[in-house]
Amino acid sequence: MDDNKMLEELLEKQAAGELKAKMRYEIPAQDMPVQDGTVRRSNVSEVALGYTELQARLEAMRCLQCKTAPCMKGCPVKIRIRDFVSAIADGDYGKSLAIIKENSLLPAVCGRVCPQEVQCQETCTVGLKFKDVEKSVSIGRLERFVADWGRGEGGVPQVAPETGKKVAVVGAGPGGIVVAADIRRAGHDVTLFEAFHKPGGVLVYGIPEFRLPKAIVAEEIEVLDKMGVKIVCNFIVGRTRTIEELMAEDGFDAVYVGVGAGLPSFMGIDGEQLVGVYSANEYLTRANLMKAYDFGKGADTPIAMSKKVAVLGGGNVAMDSARTAVRLGAEKVYLVYRRSEIEMPARVEEVHHAKEEGVEFCTLQNPKRIIGTEDGMVKSLECLKYELGEPDDSGRRRPIPIEGSEFILDVDTVIVAIGNGANPLIGQTTPGLELNKWGNIIVDDKCKTSLDGVYAGGDIVLGAATVILAMGQGRIAAAAINEFLAE
Amino acid sequence: MQHKILCKEQLSENVFRIEVEAALIARARKPGQFVIVGVADEYSERIPLTIAGAHPDKGTIELIFQRVGKSTAEMADMNEGDSLGYIVGPLGQPTHVAKVGTVVCVGGGIGNAPLLPIATAMKEAGNKIISIIGARDKGLIILEKEFAAISDELIVVTDDGSYGRKGLVTEPLAEICESVKPDLAIVIGPTIMMKFCCKTTEPFGVHTLVSLNTIMVDGTGMCGGCRVEVGGETKFVCVDGPEFDGHKVDFDQMMRRLGAYKVQEQKALEEYKHKCRFGLKNNE
Repeated sequence: MDDNKMLEELLEKQAAGELKAKMRYEIPAQDMPVQDGTVRRSNVSEVALGYTELQARLEAMRCLQCKTAPCMKGCPVKIRIRDFVSAIADGDYGKSLAIIKENSLLPAVCGRVCPQEVQCQETCTVGLKFKDVEKSVSIGRLERFVADWGRGEGGVPQVAPETGKKVAVVGAGPGGIVVAADIRRAGHDVTLFEAFHKPGGVLVYGIPEFRLPKAIVAEEIEVLDKMGVKIVCNFIVGRTRTIEELMAEDGFDAVYVGVGAGLPSFMGIDGEQLVGVYSANEYLTRANLMKAYDFGKGADTPIAMSKKVAVLGGGNVAMDSARTAVRLGAEKVYLVYRRSEIEMPARVEEVHHAKEEGVEFCTLQNPKRIIGTEDGMVKSLECLKYELGEPDDSGRRRPIPIEGSEFILDVDTVIVAIGNGANPLIGQTTPGLELNKWGNIIVDDKCKTSLDGVYAGGDIVLGAATVILAMGQGRIAAAAINEFLAE
Repeated sequence: MQHKILCKEQLSENVFRIEVEAALIARARKPGQFVIVGVADEYSERIPLTIAGAHPDKGTIELIFQRVGKSTAEMADMNEGDSLGYIVGPLGQPTHVAKVGTVVCVGGGIGNAPLLPIATAMKEAGNKIISIIGARDKGLIILEKEFAAISDELIVVTDDGSYGRKGLVTEPLAEICESVKPDLAIVIGPTIMMKFCCKTTEPFGVHTLVSLNTIMVDGTGMCGGCRVEVGGETKFVCVDGPEFDGHKVDFDQMMRRLGAYKVQEQKALEEYKHKCRFGLKNNE
């Protein structure tokens, strides 16, 4: 049966109150249209193309409209998922988007980069029925669909009359954007400080264009600008001005610290200082923020012209690095991960896309050392094979090295994507700010730090987290700051 | 924020001094710190430059830079009244300024620029300053007058003997270590020079600080591109430095890392020069 007809019949049945759960289960899960795997190896355009209207409505019809809405419990910002999905099924996209925006300011971003399979979609009844999370209602894709539908015409949120209170938001990443918007809405004077020359944080330096087009981030920043948020780039809080100075001399009544990922971790193996070894942060920043793929054609920041690349790690950042290396022209890209694919923290979709693009997965392998040429360039990577033992504290099976299993991988570039430590800058320059033993800022359940008027959230508090968790903390902190300023 | 160039001066064939507006940095900066400059727009390279001086009253800082690649060539082609794209900073840990006794300050070529504010602060802290400044030839000696003004003793050295004493800075440095037994040496210049100065002071047990200028992107610890090995540990020049105990720095490795983009840098510079010859603006 043709899809248009199917939708028509489903809508008729629904209107007549005859649409049974069984029929909803029979609607095929809608696949995300994607750019061809071979073609996209040589461009940076977005990979996932987005649902058509018909697809979106059919997918939305798969939702059982559970009374308990278990999906909502899986959402860090508690979007009324059942209701926004229902509005899509009805074809009322404006209403759908309005429901999402009650709780999330950045649906076009979250619809693309949230790990839905471990959040809202994990608890979806449809997925549970099929015992397959991939068969859950594709909430993320639906969120993206309505967000894209509403792009460009999203109005500017209402701003309350000026209160005369001043707030500094440190770091213009996803957390900072949310905090700035929520506090500005309450009528406070907000300045958003960014260390880089462009706002957006990880959304612009880290997540590649092919997964999150930068134009989307720019639109969100423009909304802040229209709301009257002052955006100040090239300003390093802690160095250009300290938090103490901002509060004591510059008249800020409260500060939110959302400075994000700090110092990249390295493996601590031989050869990590060779030319051609990058942290994922550096590799991605050169490629994304500085557009090194346009070197000599308008962009001045160089990047290694790699032929064979090894990416170390198994998270989303590792996938982004590997897929970026493919697009920069590498003939061979290996992803070296010490556990098996099941334990990989990366999203299933990213793993799938990476494989389609030709990234070779070397699981149950771990690097032992990086071998260099005489003039200090990367020549190869010596790895050791692993097997899985008993589960460890994290519940994942512990990888155990197999003795004598060393082998050599010929590569000219190594990208280390194994996470970040906390950035010491704010801690070093803010007396009285309490940090934990890893250097992360300690906050209470309202994201308040040990200093009055100073709040924090995102990676600098949580260690490595996600865009949506940073946004979730941002909302909590913004509410707390608004409350603090009302006193 | 505007970063207008108020004053530009050519110090030698390839070395320029500019005084540029950067009010907040002028106020916050301390000796030993640096800035990152984006010469034109968001796709300019981010280049770290040391701060040679600051005028908080005028809201300006002084940058001294050498024309080596495309970005510094572009900067050298800018004139008074032009504006830099952006300047961010001050970055890095300031120099620990204290009274220690006699400090020997060794500057090579462009290294004199970051050395001068440090030497000045050390002098103001009550130390006796012996300065050794060197370059390949007479034309490349910069800031001689300024060093003379703050030093108790100044030795100028050129490789070819065209000015001052003929030889390398390591020679007078060894003599001073022997005769004066300084309490501290501060050495800033080309990596190779810092390496050999450290080799010179080490047998005398003279604590030696060096200031490193490595490749960086963000300058806040995020990228790790600036990492060096110091005493067997990985350190980030941008947040742990730029000053380190010179006797512990792996200079050979640092030199190799500095050359990471030689091919691309050369290509970019050639293309820039080519465009300039034809009177085209950058990126047209």
